[in-house]
Amino acid sequence: MGELLIRNGFVFDPLQGIKGDRMDIGVKDGKIVETSALNSPKTIDAAGMAVMAGGVDIHSHVVGPKVNVGRLFRPEDKLFKSPHKSPTCSRMEMGFSVPSTFKTGYDYARMGYVFVNEAAMPPLHSPHVHEEIRDTPIIDNAAMPVFGNNWFTLEYLKNNEIENNAAYTAWLLRATHGFGIKVVNPGGSEAWGWGLNCEHIHDPVPYFDIAPAEIVKGLIETNEFLGLPHSVHLHCNNLGNPGNYTDTLESLKLAEGYAPKNDFGREQVLHITHLQFHAYGGDSWGNFESRAKDVMDYVNAHDNITVDMGQVTLDETTTMTADGPFEHHLRALNNLKWANVDVELETAAGVVPYIYSPKIKVCTIQWAVGLEIALLSKDPMRTFVTTDHPNAGPFTRYPQVITWLMSRAARDATMKTFKWLERTIDATSIDGIDRELTLYEIAQMTRAGPAKALGVGNTYGGLAPGMDADIAVYALNPEDMPSDPTMIEKAFSRCAWLVKDGIVTVRDGEVVEEPAKRTVWVDVKVPENAQVQRDIYEHFLRHYSVKLDNYSLFEEHLHNPRVIEVDTTQ
Amino acid sequence: MKTVTLTLTKPPELMLEGQNITPDNFAGKKAAEIAALDVWEGKQKGPLGKYFTVEGDGGATAAETKIVLRGDCTRVKRIGQQMTAGEIVIEGNADMYIGGWMKGGKMHVKGNVDSFCGIGMEGGELVVDGDAGHHLGASPRGEWRGMQGGVIRVAGNVGNDTATFINGGTIVIGGDADIHISTHGEGGTVIVKGNTKGRVGGQMVKGDIYIYGTIENPLPGFSMVGEVEQEVDGETARFAHYIGDLGERHPVSRGKTVYANLYTRI
Repeated sequence: MGELLIRNGFVFDPLQGIKGDRMDIGVKDGKIVETSALNSPKTIDAAGMAVMAGGVDIHSHVVGPKVNVGRLFRPEDKLFKSPHKSPTCSRMEMGFSVPSTFKTGYDYARMGYVFVNEAAMPPLHSPHVHEEIRDTPIIDNAAMPVFGNNWFTLEYLKNNEIENNAAYTAWLLRATHGFGIKVVNPGGSEAWGWGLNCEHIHDPVPYFDIAPAEIVKGLIETNEFLGLPHSVHLHCNNLGNPGNYTDTLESLKLAEGYAPKNDFGREQVLHITHLQFHAYGGDSWGNFESRAKDVMDYVNAHDNITVDMGQVTLDETTTMTADGPFEHHLRALNNLKWANVDVELETAAGVVPYIYSPKIKVCTIQWAVGLEIALLSKDPMRTFVTTDHPNAGPFTRYPQVITWLMSRAARDATMKTFKWLERTIDATSIDGIDRELTLYEIAQMTRAGPAKALGVGNTYGGLAPGMDADIAVYALNPEDMPSDPTMIEKAFSRCAWLVKDGIVTVRDGEVVEEPAKRTVWVDVKVPENAQVQRDIYEHFLRHYSVKLDNYSLFEEHLHNPRVIEVDTTQ
Repeated sequence: MKTVTLTLTKPPELMLEGQNITPDNFAGKKAAEIAALDVWEGKQKGPLGKYFTVEGDGGATAAETKIVLRGDCTRVKRIGQQMTAGEIVIEGNADMYIGGWMKGGKMHVKGNVDSFCGIGMEGGELVVDGDAGHHLGASPRGEWRGMQGGVIRVAGNVGNDTATFINGGTIVIGGDADIHISTHGEGGTVIVKGNTKGRVGGQMVKGDIYIYGTIENPLPGFSMVGEVEQEVDGETARFAHYIGDLGERHPVSRGKTVYANLYTRI
């Protein structure tokens, strides 16, 4: 591999506290090095441009069975919306809200992203997840198995057996080659098997007789017992309903008293994802309103919590979640097609198309809530840009979201298209917020912050020597920012350069090279636990449709792994 | 109005994807430029002139352009796809997707067409003198927003799945129709002057169907509410009036539940 010198750019690296200084970045053998270590590098002239680490997406649904259900049952998502094959890419691209794996990889690269965390992997279907990871070019992927409705987890936590739950968690992470603990509607998706839901954190799960609050606390304890890179990653109960902010605040309070314990620089014990869907007031769609301020006041005051936005982008999109009962609820609201899946002892899933229209009051309030969350945040290192792709909008709208955050004029221009502008302003505080985020804050929210929260801040999200040479250069001059906000969107949509692992991958917004991508997973060593081994054996014998021997991911499914090792036996 | 005449001189071995054959694409172009437009035979792209001789130039706008297709176009698909104005006359048969996603203008096919013709139609007029295949005026696969407007007239018979998810517009069928008419319909009108096999109006929420002949297997979700005299397609007749599909959700407008209407001629 060669040497590269990225010269004269305005460098934004929050992990090192570099705020737009004019600097050179050296690259050698796929790693960032001191420029003095270079002999005869090729040069990229980044004068007048912003240089950041490659983007890190903490929460996106890009691979796996539920994404594929979305692809299969929405052929109309591809019709007249798929570009012709790019002459510089090796594969065709298809789809808008649920793009093909190839389009996913290319589009993330074009936006300057290099790491995407798949937000929900049904453990039983981990082979499918890993096969799609293999087929998603360029970007490194990790995938979080879901634990919040898993029978093993529910049983161990009911009996307060944290050590056993930790041993099971370690086993499942290895079996699925997963990354961390994802929790979706804890207890609620299991209750869905009885046609019920857990809307509040003290609603008992049928049969298991455990409440969501106990599941979340137990999993936080498990996570810190193991010292995993990432924290518990929670999709709260009662998603999407008016008045749910009280449930969200109760969920947030579950993290009180817990401190992070890990060797990866992570400082939170709980990540709340797509907070936008969980910050609603009112008690009906009629008096639906934003409670982003209440929720963000709590988040701002508590350092052991991180959040991501789940920004509504006002597009026609495809919702997909392991929150089975929610998708059934959504289907009844919009009368569109619905897919519903039960995954044996582990989880459920649903898929429903959804149109976020600027003509509908609830949708425009949702749009405002997402932006309020980011704009009311006091710590951009704990608040991350996502659209919960594809639930609130496709990830290809990140540049648009960044533009809304950086420009009041861009927000005003979008708000002018709202049919219910006055009511949206009355129900939210968006019109009273003048804050415009800086490029440094955007770098915090889109790379440094998520990388640190995921516990991969030593490899991704920064530009310190020794880290992966993942570097995005955007045609934006911080000393002469464009007055037209659409230019910001354009710059973030198609980066001027993306270097991935030291290889020039994107040039002038076009993918020119497809470097090898990786699967990032966490291997946890725990002491032998005979009871857990027996429980796993018994459950597979009695309840699973597959044999234990066929359950774990076979080596041939795992593509170019990067293992993060955690040893709890020391 | 200027006329461009395309004569198929070298029939394709595979099906030809002819979505560029529209007044919109021909407008403002000379004959030679039209002959250079892309068509696809399988995965191979070639100029239109490889298959057709082109006579005459396009008009200044789509509305001032008329296209006449001669020769056996049985293997040419997607003629008039997404056209917004102007006129197309196909002297003989044509293949699938004729007039798909039409927004305006007029198409006249003097022979038969295959399946998926007039799908996703938003406006304009599609007239077929012969028969049509399946999915006439239906929604594209997966799409729940079907035909929005316009008129489709087929003089002969049609296949199954006519007008799936119809939202607006009118389809008039001179002959018989196979199973599934206006499935999931939420508006629009389908008139069948011949007989139908069955599953007429399944899961229909709103809209009208007129059947002049018989329904071999009527759906149990429709209930007769009376007899009415109505003018349909220029002639007045008496019909038995059914409402349905009673198994489906129905919107309420001004305090009254809205049903789909099925009329069978007495």
